Parts: sequence; C-alpha cells; structure tokens
Amino acid sequence: MDTLIMVVILTAVGFVSGKIAEKMHYTSIREREQKTLKLPVTTTRRPLGVGPGNVRMELVSGSVVISVDYFKMMLAGLQNIFGGHVTAYESLIDRARREAILRMKEQKPFALQIFNVRIETTSISKGTGSGAVGSVEVLAYGTALLKAG
Amino acid sequence: MFMTNTEIVPGRTITQYHGMVSGSTVRAKHLGRDMMAGIKNIFGGELKGYTELLTESRKEAIERMIQQARQMGANAIINVRFSTSSVAAGAAELYVYGTAVTLN
Repeated sequence: MDTLIMVVILTAVGFVSGKIAEKMHYTSIREREQKTLKLPVTTTRRPLGVGPGNVRMELVSGSVVISVDYFKMMLAGLQNIFGGHVTAYESLIDRARREAILRMKEQKPFALQIFNVRIETTSISKGTGSGAVGSVEVLAYGTALLKAG
Repeated sequence: MFMTNTEIVPGRTITQYHGMVSGSTVRAKHLGRDMMAGIKNIFGGELKGYTELLTESRKEAIERMIQQARQMGANAIINVRFSTSSVAAGAAELYVYGTAVTLN
C-alpha cells in the first residue's frame, strides 16, 4: 500500500514539474532558434554557396543530457503495452536535439555557416529497471566556416 | 592543431597521410552527482552535472587524440567522428577518432 501511495505521489510530482520544465525549455528553445535563424546549418560535406574566399574552418560541437520525469516514465510504460507512438519520449528527444544544435550554433554565433553536421544520440540508462530510459544525451557537431581575420 | 569533420579542407592540400588517431575516456561521476541525477529523474529536465561531465571527458579524449597526432608529426586531423556508449550504470565511454594529416 505504501509503495502504491509513493508511486502516485511521484507520478503527480513528475507530471507537474515535468510539464513546467518542458514548457520553459520549449520557450527558451524557440526564442534562441529565432536569434540564430540567420546562421545556416547543413549536413552536406561541402559548404553551400560560399566560394573559396578569405575563410577559415573550425570544429564546433554542442551537447546536452536531458532526463525524463517520473510521470513520463510511467506513461511510456503504458504506451509500451499498446504499441504505437511513444509520445512521452518523442518530446524529450526533440528537446535534446534542438538544444544540442542550438548550443553548437552558439559556440560560433558569427560563423557564415556550419556544414557537415552530425548528430549523435546516446541513452544514458541507470540500468535498474527493465529497459529503463534514464536520460538521453545528444551531441551535435560540425564544421563552422568563419571569415578569416 | 587544426581539426575538422570533413574529408577535405578547401583551399589547402594534404601533403602527407599519417593514419588514424583516436582518443577515449571512460568517466563516472561521484555518488553525490549520481544521486542528484536520480532525484532529477523524478522531476525531469536537464542533468547539468552529466552534461558537464561528458563535455569535460570529450575534451580529454580530444586532447589524447591531438597528442597522438603530434607524435606522428601531423599538423591537422580531418574527418573527426565522435561516439558515445554507456558502459555501466553511471559510466560513459567517449571515443573520438580521425585521420592525422599534414596540410601545406
């Protein structure tokens, strides 16, 4: 009985704080995405539309570790039974990817562009429960093209 | 040391290939941080401790790779790739590899 009450409390706490954290994070992501809109990011191997002028290159990267909340963990457990979209984790990974790309861009905000971008995702599970997705790490890296001098 | 994750460097030519270089670290955070992360798992949000840990470890892996390249007499590393895997609970391996070359 005690465990059940504990689970209910943790779920409720997770629901409220997780919702707030997600909302705040999305607001910040949108704001910063607007700010860095002028800096193009491509996955092509060569820089696009920039001639071999007076430029230099530099490796840039950004990473973030984001954790699920207790409510989402429970919800994902339920969604695992029925199959289909696991919406609980979709927003988590979306947030992590966008944040990582933003941090990469913010390393060199005055670059002409960042090309050859690669995104790496790793789940950092605590490995206690069966298939426990503790948290996810996303690393984005690419080559920034900067004006020389 | 010049580093890029592309195969070619526009405007510069590769005069010599030295071969593959790599660096790796396996890192774990102390118990306190792990417990904090456990608590954060209830509330959700960014695990700043872990973000820091992984960034630091990655820097160290890059440092090791650069040292290797220096020993070979290279002045640049091209085609750099990163990879991360969680080895055990609370420990992660950061691996970075690339090709050491001499650019003119």
